[in-house]
Amino acid sequence: MSVAADPATRPRRSGAREVLRQLMRRPRAAFGMIVIAAMVFAAVFAPWIMPADPFAQSFDGLDLMGGPLPPGGDYPMGTDLLGRDLASRLILGTRTSLIIGVLANGIAVLLGAGVGITAGYFGGWTAAILMRFTDLMMAFPALLLAIVLAAIFQPSLLIVALVIAMVNWVQMSRVIYTETRSLAEREFIQVQRSIGSGPIRILFKHLLPHLLSSIIVFGTLGISTTVLLEATLSYLGVGVQPPMPSWGNIIFENQTYFSTAPWLVFFPGVLIVLLALAFNLVGDALRDILDPTLKGRH
Amino acid sequence: MSDAEDRGPGGARPVLTVRDLSVQVATDAGAKTVLDGLSFDLIAGETLALAGESGSGKSMTALAIMGLLPKPMARVSGGTIRLGDTDLTALSERGYRQIRSARVAMIFQEPMTSLNPLMTVQRQLCEVLLEHRVCSRRQAPKRALRLLQDVRLTEPERRLSQYPHELSGGMRQRVMIAMALACDPEILIADEPTTALDVTVQAEILDLIRTLQAEHGTAVLMITHDMGVVAEMADRVVVLREGRQEEAAPVRDLFAAPKTDYARTLLAAVPRLGTAPDRPVHPEAQKIVEVDDLSVRFDIAGGLLNRTVARVHAVEGVSFHIRERETLALVGESGCGKSTIGKALLGLVPWDGSIRIGGVQTRGRSRAAMRPVLRDIQMVFQDPGASLDARMSVGEQVVEPMRVHGLASGSELGDRAEWLFRRVGLSPDMLSRYPHEFSGGQRQRVCIARALSLSPRVIIADESVSALDVSVQAQVLDLLQELQEQDGLSYLFISHDMAVIEQVADRVVVMRLGQVMEDGTRDAVLRDPQHPYTKRLLAAVPVPDPTRTRAPLPDTAGIEEASPIFPVGSAPARVELRQMSPGHRVAH
Repeated sequence: MSVAADPATRPRRSGAREVLRQLMRRPRAAFGMIVIAAMVFAAVFAPWIMPADPFAQSFDGLDLMGGPLPPGGDYPMGTDLLGRDLASRLILGTRTSLIIGVLANGIAVLLGAGVGITAGYFGGWTAAILMRFTDLMMAFPALLLAIVLAAIFQPSLLIVALVIAMVNWVQMSRVIYTETRSLAEREFIQVQRSIGSGPIRILFKHLLPHLLSSIIVFGTLGISTTVLLEATLSYLGVGVQPPMPSWGNIIFENQTYFSTAPWLVFFPGVLIVLLALAFNLVGDALRDILDPTLKGRH
Repeated sequence: MSDAEDRGPGGARPVLTVRDLSVQVATDAGAKTVLDGLSFDLIAGETLALAGESGSGKSMTALAIMGLLPKPMARVSGGTIRLGDTDLTALSERGYRQIRSARVAMIFQEPMTSLNPLMTVQRQLCEVLLEHRVCSRRQAPKRALRLLQDVRLTEPERRLSQYPHELSGGMRQRVMIAMALACDPEILIADEPTTALDVTVQAEILDLIRTLQAEHGTAVLMITHDMGVVAEMADRVVVLREGRQEEAAPVRDLFAAPKTDYARTLLAAVPRLGTAPDRPVHPEAQKIVEVDDLSVRFDIAGGLLNRTVARVHAVEGVSFHIRERETLALVGESGCGKSTIGKALLGLVPWDGSIRIGGVQTRGRSRAAMRPVLRDIQMVFQDPGASLDARMSVGEQVVEPMRVHGLASGSELGDRAEWLFRRVGLSPDMLSRYPHEFSGGQRQRVCIARALSLSPRVIIADESVSALDVSVQAQVLDLLQELQEQDGLSYLFISHDMAVIEQVADRVVVMRLGQVMEDGTRDAVLRDPQHPYTKRLLAAVPVPDPTRTRAPLPDTAGIEEASPIFPVGSAPARVELRQMSPGHRVAH
């Protein structure tokens, strides 16, 4: 018999608290959680923890030739081309990047998964219409679409997030669509239909749990793309408006000076990688925790 | 170990000697021994059967011999496998490549997945021939053709240029055998070679293996769970259980007088055609399911505009009824439409004709309107692993139908679940577990509990015991029987296994290509079959008795060629059923 370990020693129901406990028990996931928590803290309390005014341009922040200062002294991460304190700008930029990363990506995931599941389960005309629309969105160059949308609406953080979501949901919906189609043919879904379960019940109670791992993987992968897309938009002038900093626009503003002032690209780059990594680690762990067939393994 | 010193006929020298073979598999809880001290000899020209139920380690043995154990999860942890003078356990991967195919070849259960779907039969055969330098590149196609002729494949020239998907299951297995024999190996390992095939095809393949063995003098190691196949093929048998050798004996001795308890119970559990007890007689009851002129057709779209170009006539003009407390069996080979009928009864596929369940016509009902009907008719599917939701606890799944139909809520659900679990012989402690924590037989019990939760009057059992080990199969059949007696349930029992059907059915409907060939009471159809197709089906069933040889299959040429696919506008000719005796009708 394939019954594993003693059932009494294992928690059965996994509420939110239980999931959190399990996450903290896994070293990699715990690291991810700590990084995310630190970033959220920085975003919320930015005004209090910034060492200097992120918008103040000062000559003290420039060297004799008028170039940016390397890390050290009064400026722990150096200064940028205008003599602004990089550390402060990065801390304030956490707000923008985190909101964009989580909000834009969240909307993209919800929209993409929703469209994918609906089309995949119902098939026929529903699928034809939804998926052709998806194809249409895919056929548009993402940047062009973003520029047009951002030009119509006044750029603000929310609009930028919406624009990015609009561009990003299509891949997700394609993947979920194909996966739902194959799942819907599986016997346990047939059983549900033979019991008389309605479509809503089948979709949410039986299909969604099986799609979670793909949704989580795509959702966490999307975080870094989203942050970078925001940077591209800022660069083109339709993203977050200067002088408001975001990690992405700090990289883009300074990339031409990479050889002379590498810290300007290095620090925000590290932060983006950390953010993406943290979400990936948590996502991976979450996927395993939510899969009962993997209970008790690491 | 005295069994290990068993000598074959005439004390001939063994070609393969396995001594104290142990295999370990890595698990979360550390190394687990899945094969423990197995010893046997394989003598040239003989067939040795490794018999056992799932988890007995019989496939592990085959993989260990072939050097195909999944690394690094599994490894040979002790013992030797000697092929002539070579110790296979000490061989490198490179050394093994010289052995595989050339000296030891293997055929697998599922011929479709063992063949490369993107290569023609000729290329796959030539690849083997050239890899082992059996012949030159120029001669290879000729050799390939000869191999196909050897395995008695019809139209061998045409088959060479075909792809695996264009061949039937039996043809594919013949191609696999041709590939295995390409280099004239000393040993052929056949791992459940006929389990995925229909009985008549199984009989043909077994005949072929026997003929080829006689022609080439190959030693065959036959791995099977089917004691009928063992009785028919083996000279000697090694019975395995949970990785240990239970008993090793010449086949006649084993069947006549099994020495161990396990072998005895295993043999006792095998359903034998012609031995089933009489069914309890009930007074003629009310008809609970009435099916009249049922047809199910699936469209095949094609061409530039994606229009319907042909139709699969899966079910064509089938009529039958099931009375209360009655078990009606639908028998036939794969693709005969028997499962489709089950799905039509539940409204899972679009259909034509008339279906009345408990007197209610279900034709033209939407899914929502079907819901009340589904309280009367439920289904238990073939594969209990696939028909349970892996992400939901079994307790939740068992009460799910009651939630859907709003029959119970709150603590009542928990009580019902416990009661249902007890009814199917499971402990209520297991309710919070997930499907992967159960064995196959237990999972099927969970599925039965779920089907029972709505207190239906009819249960469709679609190959519900086919995926289970024989001993478990017998227990599940007993459970179904018990439930029928207690609740007055009716069953539509869909199966390909004649021996199982004989155990459970009151009446039998034999189907082929979507139409009824013969129907009547169990005794009339199974003991006095009239239609040639029924006779052929019955003759193909392996007899679990080595002293009796199966009669050769009645020749019904052309039967394999027929297909249920017809272009739009034409339909298969309807067969007429003629009354032979009261309640026994035969197509003519």
